[in-house]
Amino acid sequence: MKIQETEEFKKFVRKKWSVSLILASIMLLAYFGFILTVAFRKEILATKIGDGLTLGIPVGLGIIILAWALTGIYVRWANKHYDKKVEELKKKL
Amino acid sequence: MNLNYILLQAIAGPNYLSVSMFVLFVAITLYITYWAAKKTKTTSEFYAAGRSVTGFQNGLALAGDYMSAASFLGIAGMVALNGYDGLIYSIGFLVGWPLIMFLIAEPLRNLGKYTFADVVAFRLQQKPIRIASATGSLMTITFYLIAQMVGAGGLISKLFALPYEYSIFIVGIVMTTYVLFGGMLATTWVQIIKAILLLGGATIIVILTLKEFNFNPITLFAAAADKYSDNVLSPGSYITNPFDAISLGLALMLGTAGLPHILMRFYTVPDAKQARKSVFVATGFIGYFYILTFIIGFGAMVLVGRDIISSGGTDKSGNMAALMLANVTGGSGFMGFIAAVAFATILAVVAGLTLSGASTISHDLYVNVVKKGVSDEAGEVKVARIATIGLGILSILLGLIFKGQNVAFMVGLAFSIAASANFPALLLSILWKNFTTKGAVASIVTGASLSLLLIILSPTVWVDLFKFEEAIFPLKNPAIVSLPLAFLNGYIFSKLFKEKEAAEKFESEKIRTYLGVGSE
Repeated sequence: MKIQETEEFKKFVRKKWSVSLILASIMLLAYFGFILTVAFRKEILATKIGDGLTLGIPVGLGIIILAWALTGIYVRWANKHYDKKVEELKKKL
Repeated sequence: MNLNYILLQAIAGPNYLSVSMFVLFVAITLYITYWAAKKTKTTSEFYAAGRSVTGFQNGLALAGDYMSAASFLGIAGMVALNGYDGLIYSIGFLVGWPLIMFLIAEPLRNLGKYTFADVVAFRLQQKPIRIASATGSLMTITFYLIAQMVGAGGLISKLFALPYEYSIFIVGIVMTTYVLFGGMLATTWVQIIKAILLLGGATIIVILTLKEFNFNPITLFAAAADKYSDNVLSPGSYITNPFDAISLGLALMLGTAGLPHILMRFYTVPDAKQARKSVFVATGFIGYFYILTFIIGFGAMVLVGRDIISSGGTDKSGNMAALMLANVTGGSGFMGFIAAVAFATILAVVAGLTLSGASTISHDLYVNVVKKGVSDEAGEVKVARIATIGLGILSILLGLIFKGQNVAFMVGLAFSIAASANFPALLLSILWKNFTTKGAVASIVTGASLSLLLIILSPTVWVDLFKFEEAIFPLKNPAIVSLPLAFLNGYIFSKLFKEKEAAEKFESEKIRTYLGVGSE
């Protein structure tokens, strides 16, 4: 049996995509949530939360930070789990 | 003498400090090119710097490739004139990067050799895929190049008091020299140096600006709201049609993941692990940069003032806002430094684009179509170098032809084609087993032709450029139509024309896609 037909390999591929797709969905939801708010409910982002501050500013900066944080989470996960599994599977070839 | 006059004069005249700093930058980068030329002989060296770039270096270089003068000067100007709305663009430009990491980076690195078409063509029929994806790539690169060259000509003639044509020639010749002799290695180091200069320069402007506001950005925002109105702190004026907002959002986000010169950089690192790391580094620097441009925009709004930024004597689009702010906060010497950085930024971006175009012509078209996949190293590098000269001449010509035209829409067009023609085919080839040659070609053709057609019929071209009364397609950006239809046609044509070998190869290639076994 070829290695890519083994349950172990299939599970490894599924795991990679479930991590990838969860993180990608978080990014898509956050971004399109923001864009749709800009498109249809601007006034929410215009809410004043202090002198010189509207809700839109921390939300916008939050999305920038979130984008970076998500890439950090993926790198951490991949370095810890994905690479290890890659090495294990390569040994079995 | 009023402030307005001093600013105009400071910006209009030749700034010797600025010129000498720019000359220094060119001298250093040409020396690097000379050094790199000695190490650039094989195809892998020419296209991919011999895969010797580290993840961190590539992250900086990706940031350098991506942070164009348009995003530095353009977004700062947009924030200065429109307030919060500029941030909507910045966010759109950033959020594609995590998607590149999660969906594309590792398989792209493992499956491909030099271009993203390597990945799409991996298990499909070479010839039709190479031609289709080269068309998508070259269209993206050309429109992006026109926008950069015309922007560069206008900007440099203003900054250095040079005639427009001279600026175009200087940019064209210097960047061709980098690529022609130094290949990817020289281009990478040009990007790295430029990224450091740009991030450093922008950081200094922000520090000097915030010094006036007790180092508290909120005090700055409050001052902006006092001076103009609370509206500057909330979304509003710039994007009015909701569907335009969504369409633009799609193009910016997914276009990033389909830019050929960005995707090409993933082949400069040794493996998938370093590819992944480079996206993390790039996302961090680019995100930081966009936060800086937001503050720079507000700084210019308050310390320079909108009336001066948009006054006819300089540049109505607000492109000069960041430079005016540098002048007000750090004096004309500092402004000269920032102007030199902007020039370096343009050079680096067009070099990246040209290299990517040359590799598409030589690797995708010459080797995989004309030579049917049989490459002799020396011949391929030679073709790549000829293509570089050709693209250098083309970019100078395009810069001259489009002089004085409003080409801002071309960046949007480039992103729309990248999102609709390049991204769907790439993603489907990585993710979907039953994707076929006909599906891929249909998807690329749909995405590219619809983007082009709809943008011509859109208000930006049909009304603003051709002066018709009403646009036939109501939105400024076509991605909301062209992107879903590219996916749909990719699906329908794959279902209609099945390709058994492609599906089988999808399984057997998995050890390469996920484990990197056999990758180059």
